Parts: sequence; C-alpha cells; structure tokens
Amino acid sequence: MSGDGLRHATEGRIDRGTVLRFRFDGTAYSGHPGDTLASALLANGVRRIGTSVRLGRPRGVMSAGSEEPTGVVQLEAPFPDPMRPATMVELHDGLVASSLSGRGRLADRPDPARYDAVHAHCDMLVVGAGPAGLAAASLAVRSGARVILADERPEVGGASPDTEGDDWFDRAGARVLTRTTVFGYYDDNYLVAVERRTDHLGAAAPGNLARERIWRIRAGQVVLATGAHERPIAFAGNDLPGVMLADSARTYLHRYGVLVGRRAVVFTINDSGYRVVADLAAAGVEIAALVDPREATGGTVGGQVGGRYGGHVVVAAHGDDAHGHDVLSTVDIEPVGGGPTVRVDADALLVSGGWSPVLHLYSQSGGRLRYDEVVGAFLPDGCRQAVTVAGAARGLTSTTACLVDGVDAARQALTALGITPVDWSPPSVGAGAEGPPPATAAPGGVPDLRFVPAEDYSTHFVDFQRDVTVADVLRATGAGLRSVEHVKRYTTAGTAHDQGKTSGLLTSAVVGQALDAGIAELGHTTFRPPYTPVSFAALAGRDRGQLYDPVRVTAIHDWHVRHGARFEDVGQWRRSWYYPAEGEGLAEAVRRECVAARTGVAFMDASTLGKIEVQGPDAGRFLDRLYTNVMSTLAVGAIRYGVMCGLDGMVFDDGTVARLAPDRFLLTTTTGNAGPVLDWMEEWLQTEWPDLAAWCTSVTDQWATVAVVGPRSRDVLARLAPGLAVDAATFPFMTWRDTVVAGLPARVCRISFSGELAYEVNVAWWHGLALWEAVYEAGAPYGITPYGTETMHVLRAEKGYPIVGQDTDGTVTPQDLGMAWVVSKKKADFIGKRSFARSDTARPDRKHLVGLLPEDPTLLLPEGVHVVDPACLAGGRLPEPPVPMLGHVTSSYRSAALDRTFALALVAGGRDRIGDRLYAPLDDGRLVPVTVAGPVLYDPEGARRDG
Amino acid sequence: MAEPLETTIRSPLAGWTPHPLTGIRLAELPFRTQVNLRLPAKGPAADAVGLELGVPLPVEPGTTAGSGELSVLWLGPDEWLVVGSPGADLAARLAARRGAGVSVVDTSALRTTVLVAGPRARDLLAHGCALDLHPTRFPTGRCAQTLLAHAQIVLVAVDDGTSGAEPAYHLLVRSSFANYLADWLEDAAVEYR
Amino acid sequence: MLLIRCPWCGPRDETEFHYGGAAHVAYPSDPAALSDEEWGRYLFVRENLKGPFAERWCHTAGCRRWFNAVRDTLTNEILRVYRIGEPA
Ligand SMILES: [Zn+2]
Repeated sequence: MSGDGLRHATEGRIDRGTVLRFRFDGTAYSGHPGDTLASALLANGVRRIGTSVRLGRPRGVMSAGSEEPTGVVQLEAPFPDPMRPATMVELHDGLVASSLSGRGRLADRPDPARYDAVHAHCDMLVVGAGPAGLAAASLAVRSGARVILADERPEVGGASPDTEGDDWFDRAGARVLTRTTVFGYYDDNYLVAVERRTDHLGAAAPGNLARERIWRIRAGQVVLATGAHERPIAFAGNDLPGVMLADSARTYLHRYGVLVGRRAVVFTINDSGYRVVADLAAAGVEIAALVDPREATGGTVGGQVGGRYGGHVVVAAHGDDAHGHDVLSTVDIEPVGGGPTVRVDADALLVSGGWSPVLHLYSQSGGRLRYDEVVGAFLPDGCRQAVTVAGAARGLTSTTACLVDGVDAARQALTALGITPVDWSPPSVGAGAEGPPPATAAPGGVPDLRFVPAEDYSTHFVDFQRDVTVADVLRATGAGLRSVEHVKRYTTAGTAHDQGKTSGLLTSAVVGQALDAGIAELGHTTFRPPYTPVSFAALAGRDRGQLYDPVRVTAIHDWHVRHGARFEDVGQWRRSWYYPAEGEGLAEAVRRECVAARTGVAFMDASTLGKIEVQGPDAGRFLDRLYTNVMSTLAVGAIRYGVMCGLDGMVFDDGTVARLAPDRFLLTTTTGNAGPVLDWMEEWLQTEWPDLAAWCTSVTDQWATVAVVGPRSRDVLARLAPGLAVDAATFPFMTWRDTVVAGLPARVCRISFSGELAYEVNVAWWHGLALWEAVYEAGAPYGITPYGTETMHVLRAEKGYPIVGQDTDGTVTPQDLGMAWVVSKKKADFIGKRSFARSDTARPDRKHLVGLLPEDPTLLLPEGVHVVDPACLAGGRLPEPPVPMLGHVTSSYRSAALDRTFALALVAGGRDRIGDRLYAPLDDGRLVPVTVAGPVLYDPEGARRDG
Repeated sequence: MAEPLETTIRSPLAGWTPHPLTGIRLAELPFRTQVNLRLPAKGPAADAVGLELGVPLPVEPGTTAGSGELSVLWLGPDEWLVVGSPGADLAARLAARRGAGVSVVDTSALRTTVLVAGPRARDLLAHGCALDLHPTRFPTGRCAQTLLAHAQIVLVAVDDGTSGAEPAYHLLVRSSFANYLADWLEDAAVEYR
Repeated sequence: MLLIRCPWCGPRDETEFHYGGAAHVAYPSDPAALSDEEWGRYLFVRENLKGPFAERWCHTAGCRRWFNAVRDTLTNEILRVYRIGEPA
C-alpha cells in the first residue's frame, strides 16, 4: 500500500508546514512535527515494521501508545537504542531506525548523553493528563494545592485527544511533566517517573540538557488517571500487520491526521467500536464491515457501513498473493457458533475486545483488584495508601463521566489533605469530543468473547511480542499448570514490554476457559515496576564514573597526585598506595619505601584513620565496657592500644585511645570502620547505658595526620618542633604531647604501626598540606621518603600486627590473633566477655594468626590461598574433594627487611604448629611447602621502637 | 620555622572556581569557626551555655538560633553546632564550659561551608536532596542533617527568599567529602549554565 | 522507599536510616550468670513475626538518634515510632 492519500487534509495536531526527514530500513521518508515514528510510517504506507521473535511472523503497529507490543524498533541515529516502541518515538529530523526480529542491539560505543535525577514533593500527584487527570489537577490547583501532573505523552489531553483543557486548565499553577512516565509506585506514596527530555529534539538537543531525568516524587495524595488499554481479540492471524486496536485508529486520525487504511473492517464486542466507525467514516475511510457478536446491529452508527454483521465474529485475517502475505488483505467473518464464511477485502481490521483499566501503578501501590463481570475487567478495590483512581482507569467510558470523576477524585484527595476544595467543575466539553455514541446499535453488556473458537489455535495470538498463542496457553494448562502466575512463567505471556497491558486478561480468559474457572477466581499476575522499560542509564543518573560513590580525599591529596602516587580505594577514601620513582613498579617502589622506613626516615598520610572524641565524667567507664582491655586507668598524656569486639566476642575494630584529660579521650578507628564504630558507641550509650554521662563526637576530618617513621624520625621532628623534648625518656612510647610543629598547633603521638621509632603528628585539617610539606623539607637531608598503604601493610605485617577486616573476618577473637593480653581478666564485664567463656571460643583447634614462610623465599603466596596438612596428601597430591583445609593466607608480601617473602595466615591450631611444614595448593596446580612461624617475624624483641 | 598561619592554611575547596551559572551562585565559605556541643537540653548547663553564647540553645528539632555572625544549629536532642565567623574565639570561650556534663569539641576544620544561593538554588539542591525545601516546609532558619547525593551535610536555610531577598542555603560538609560535593554540584548545575 | 518518622526530625527517606533489629532485647544484667544456651539465645535468636514487630532504627544520616518503631512485616507499614525509654 503506498502512502498516497493516507494523510488526512485537516485532521490531527501535526505541523504540516514543516517536513522532517527520516530513514527506516534504509529508505528515506518524511513526516511532520507532532508525528511519532509509528504515525509517520503508517502515513507513508509502511505496514510491516518487524518480525516476531520466535515464529518469524510479520508484525506491524497495533496501537498508538505505550502498550504497543509489536511495533518495536531499533533506533540507529542519533544514538543506538534498542527495542523502542515506534508509537512512543517522536519523529525528528535525521531519525534513523530499523526493524527488528524481537531483539535489539545495545550501542557499540559509550553513551555520550547526560542523565539526571530530581526529588519532588507535592500535595497531589496526578498521573495521566487525560480528561480525568486534567480535571483533578485543575481542581487541586484552584484549591491552592501543590500539584504535579505527569503524562507519558508529549502533550496533555489524553489518548485521542478528547480534551486539552485549554481554556480551563492552568498549566502554570501545577508542575506539568509531559513525556514523563510514572513507572513505579512504592511505599508511602513514593513514585518514580522518567522524563524523556531531548530525544524528540534530535540533533537540535542542547548538549547540557540531560537526556532523561528520573523524578522521585513524594506525594501527599495520588490520583491515578491512567486510562485504559483496549484489548485485542484472539482469532487466526490476529497479529498480521493491518490488524489494529480499534480506538488507535481514532488516535491516528485525530492526533496525527493519519488514516490507518482506506477500507476497514471494525470488529468490536463493545460500544466503543462504534465511535471508531463514525469518526473514520467521517474522515473518508470506507467501512467495509462492522462485526459485533452481539445480535442486533440495526441502529444508527453515525456513518456509512458496507456490511452489518450482528451476531458474527471475525475468524481469520489473511494476506493474499496480490498484496503479499505479510499484510492484511482479507477478513473472514462467520456467525457466532459457526456457519458460512464471508470474506471481505480490507486493508485495516480494527479490533476492540473491550477495555482494561490501567491499574499497574495501583496494583504496585498495594491496591487490590476485583474482577467486574459487567465491565469485563479488573477494577480498583481498595488500597491502604493515599491513592484515588479516576476516570477510565476505574472503568468509566465517556469523556464527561471522566471529567466529573476527576473532579470527584480530587475533591476526596484534597479533603484528606485538609485542603478545602473550591467549588468548580470543568465546562462541558464539545459535542464532537463526547464519548461513544449511544449504543442504540447494540444494547447490552460486554459479551465474554476473548478468543474466537477454532480447531487450530496456533495463530490466535495472546502475547504478540513473545509470540504466545492460545495454543501455548492451552499447552500450559494441559501440562497441569493452574495458576496464572505459573502460566505466565511457562509461556512468557505478559513479560517484556507488555507486562500484561494487552495480554493479561486474554491469558486469564484462556486459562479460565480451559479450567472452567472464572477470571475472578483466577485473578491476575503481579504488576511490578517498571510500567514501561526504563534505561539503566536513567536509573543510574549521575551516580556513575567519578560520582558513582563519594571519593574522600585528605588535605594532602593534591600533593600525592603531584608526586605521582598510585592510589587505592579504602572504603570511600582514596589513599596513596605507593609512590613509584622513574621506572619502578609496585614491588620496587615498596621495597625502596620499606628500606627508608627501616633504615632512615619515611612518612605517610594517615589522615584517614577514624577519630572520635569522647567526653564526659563517665567516659572512662564507657570505654571500659567497649574495649576488651581497661581504659579508665590510662594516665592523662598516655596512649593505649585497644580492641573492640562484638557481643559474640569477635574482633570488630582496633585502634588507640589517648587520654586528653580525666574526662576526655581521643580514639582512633580503622579507616573503613569510623562510621560503624561511632554508630556502635551511640547505640550502646543511647539504648543500654543512657545513665552514662559520656558523649562521642566524630573528629576524623578535623585532624590531618602525618606519620613520620624510622630511626631518623626523631631528627626530623626535632628540627620541626624546637619546643618539644623529643628524647625517648622525656617523650616515651605511647604518650602524646601538644606542641607546635612547623609553626602549627599540633598534637604529636608516639605511636608506631611499623615497629620503628615513629611519631604521628596531628594538625587541623586545613594545615595538613603545610605540615606535610614542612616534614618533606625538614626530612630532605635524611632522604625522607613518602610511602603509601602497601608499604604500611608490609611494615605492620613484618611485626605481626593484624589489619581488622583483612586478617580478621568476623570469626576471629583477640585470642585467635594471639592477643589474649588485650583481654582484661579483671573487668566484671565488657562487650564480648561472656562469649569468651563459650566452649566454642575456647576450642584448641580454633584458627590462630601465624606467620608462614614459603620454603622458596622468592615465592609470593596469593592472598586467600588455602593451607593443608601434609597428612591429608596422598602420593604428594591433594585428595579428592572435599579437601580438609587448615586455614588460609590473609596477608602476603615481599619483605626487604627479611629478604624474602612471607605471609600471615589463619591456621587451625596454628600456634601449636610453629615449625611445621604445611602445603599451599596454588591455582596452577602446584603444592608449595610453607613453614609455620610466629606472627612477629621482624624485631621480635621490640628493640627498634625507641630508635 | 614558625610562619603566619595565613600562608599555611588551606581550605578543602581552595582552588575551586565554580562555573558561572544562571540563577545560582556557588561559593565556599571557608574557615568558619565551629564548635560541637553535647549537653542535656534543659538545666543549668544549658542555661549557662546560652548565656555564654548570648542566645539560648534551640530545643525545637531542626531549628537554629543566632545573633549576628553567630548561629547555633540543632543537630540532635543533646547536640548543637555553634557556628561563628573565621577566627572567632568561640572554641576557647566554650572550652571553659567543658566538663560538668558538657562536651565541647572544636570542629572548625571538620567541615567547610558551601553557599548555594540564587533564585534557582532550591532547584539545584533538589537534584540530590530528598527533603522538601519549599519555603513553607523549610523556611529561613531551619536546619537539617541530611544527604545531598551521597554526602552527609548539615543544610541551613539562611534565607528562603520569601521576603524578597535572594534564597540562600549553607551546606556544611565534611572536609574529606568537600571535593565530591563540589564535583557533584558542578555536574548537577550543568543545565543551569 | 519508606518514609520513616524520626521521633526528633520528623519524616525522612528510608535511606537516612540504619536498621537495628528487634527492639526491647535488653542486655542481660549479669551475662556471666547465663548458661551458654541462654547467652546464645540472647545473641542469635530473634522472632521472625508476621505482623506488627517492634524494632530499632537509627537516624544515621540525620540526628544519629536510635529509636523504636513498630513495623508491620506483612505490609511494610510503620505503625508508630517512639523514643528510647518511652513506653512501647
Ligand atoms: Zn532524626
């Protein structure tokens, strides 16, 4: 069929004065602003626009909206986008699209578009800007409410459109979101929508506009005016291009000025088909036949009709040799119950199987649905959320009824909000836009016809996108499936784009017929978000790339960048990992940094350690309950290492505690655990021990901390802090001093995480960079070397210091770590104490933290590798799985100080195996021998900490 | 070695030059004095602190009190943040109140302040802040600890714009998150260029 | 996204909160007096109710207060909230 004459001379809301060029499957076409890709293709006479996924059958456009199951295309330009319903793609100049056989293709290049999200609040959210929604929004605006009105179409007014509310709807009074699909309805009236903002602009879209925006809307009240979807009827060949939902033909006429055919058959089981006949006939379409299974069709239908077939049904749609077999040419009509077949020529078969209220969002909100026998569809039946359904979404059919219902819904919602509704109703709409003509032609209710009986149901389609037929559904019930949910999974009917929009009731009806059960008792499948497909890019918004998760940086970060540091992420922190010199890799740089710390002086940015200040007269008592050891006896000026456990006795965090004053302590936590530790402390203070006068304040970002480490660290500090007595006797290990360092007020702590003489210098965050640069300058004569987290790990592991979260995993007690000394025997109670008395925590075969020395001193064990007992080996090989494992490697490094590789491991009964040979099975199949050692491999006497 | 502090002090957003925007003004307000207070909301300690500050501690959740450059933000039922101009002697004055059931912690360097002002300030914040900032819900003088994108902030409505002045909000953000927050604001503001 | 009413700050999005499990499970006054089984029950055993369930939440991204909430585990509706120390 050529496109000549398919565009009506005057109908529609398109801009005929402007021509847009586009390509489909390589052919150039034109359309107008206001067109969708679907309307432009129809206007150009393009009927077949795809091939079905499973059966390879020709497919065309079935509808004019987001319920479109078949007209799904691949967009190629301006940017590849798979599986877009052509009915929802607004035409723009330069659009390039191609047909699909059921599967799209993702772009082969990164998406350059921006994506956005925004939070919005309103008294009333109205979903759907058809007559009911416009009326509801209008009353709410006039009553002074904050209103958001969202509609998936480019303009308000509804499907056909029946009204735009031009003269009575105050757009400026509400936030009107067009091209916006509300796709999810969650708890507490939280609804999520996606707004398509630039696609319709094509190449003209401003580069700084986000392509799509997610709206997260919290609404006091929600009015769902989501309309209704017309249902198909299953008969042979009901998927052929040219077969369409009847009212869509009206939409194509009134919205786009497109005639969906020149000679149409209308097949309807309800009155709405008659307004299609009237409107199309008036527009010059020849109505070849009107088919209605109801008996009488003798009344007025408002237009010339070739044949009137009351008490008949369409049994089949066909192509023919003349026009091709991939588009509609003829329609077979038979009396209900069988009889002679009449074959009618037609290029459009317009089907109305009744209307399904669109209750996806209502159902997602927790609303119950009830099957209504009179309406022949599911209707809303109560919801605990603050939601009202209005208009066609609750089964109303006339425009006037929908307008009135919208006002009623808004009045209810406003009253519930405590807002007094003003006295207002929309002016009656024009006669031409009035709903279906009086059903004088075919009185009576909706007959229960969902599918036309036949011998062969293999082309009676139920789900057009998934190629599911009545035969498939009957196969499912034949296989014993009884629930519509199970049938859905078995057949895939109602999955993908459709989500039950056109297939839902049809599937239930077929199941019901097969099982001799009513639709009411079968119910419906669950409606889940999203209502229509949403791109992952839109959902991600700006949470991608650099902004995916906050990157926390220290005050000294820019220096690390300038000096070529490599970084690693520790929790949200970005920390210097190592500082490679020219030509160095990780191993060489770390070796050099370690040597500097052990033989000269090195420094690192330790600002990321969590810091919590605890004040109050009961602060000491509080810390005694939190830590396994005693803190209340700590002298002012002194520092103590401490371990916190959970109630189960497992290590939760460790750090140092400095006593600043009798009622004032400063705690450090591990870098990743600062938040959880503070939460933990607050939980105990607030819920169990409100009687304790103690307060916790996070000060992590108040202080920048520079660790100066190595035998020459004292010399560096002495240069920077002339007022500070730095000798070991005056400033002993595990004490702190307030002083001035590099001219900056500072707190210096003699703490070491390396076993070397070391100082941690703390200054206000905003002085951090100045301190670091001063240390670098003062240390230059000693060859001071910056080091990162990798060297820190090596130095601490050489000393057997565990890292919580690396060498522990929530199943490890302090005793397992060999730190029984940190667990007080004297305290009456502390968190975790009772668990240490459990038989399980006293087992001798618990895993202990030990050192492992590979017999090949150059072999670096992978972290996580298992260790096994030689006794389990058979002929030097692992036994059949399950292989009994003794434990696993938690840390593994090359040590410059030891001149060999080494590891820490959690090994069952490990402390009783020191000196034993165990084996580590590697990924490459090798079984490598390792010797168990104590965890402290370097300076076990602790001779180095005073320099 | 001792140098004047002015040459060594560096704010978390030093070097940030916000992109010019239409209807929105972004700026860092660095080095404001901040003191975290913890004490029972009622009683002699609260009275004494109120006297010291010259304003009573606000006890209504999410409110602020203040006079001149000083403002006291409600952070919790026993927690306040006292904010003053850079270099104010607040910390020292309040430190004298420490003890006797009053916790006083100088947190001046813990957070920096970002100003978001202009007729479209609220629009920009709505891209990442789930609170309803409508002047009827979050009027001048309100404060809230909340999230902007993935950063915890203390948000203060300095002026809601209803009196004709330019709407202005303060975002107090932890120093280590400041760069993320600024990057996020710049990205969200691209549409307002 | 639940809208949870912090007893101090008022309604806030669920993302500002941290879940803390069943409420009103008091720390035993003398843990040492408990048998291993009793201690294990305190540590690990909680009811998994269908219906109204008292639980603890913390307004982590806000005022950092812990509080109690009664949530219907069937509908996810929070029926009421109350401060620590207030009667259930
Ligand atoms: Zn709160």
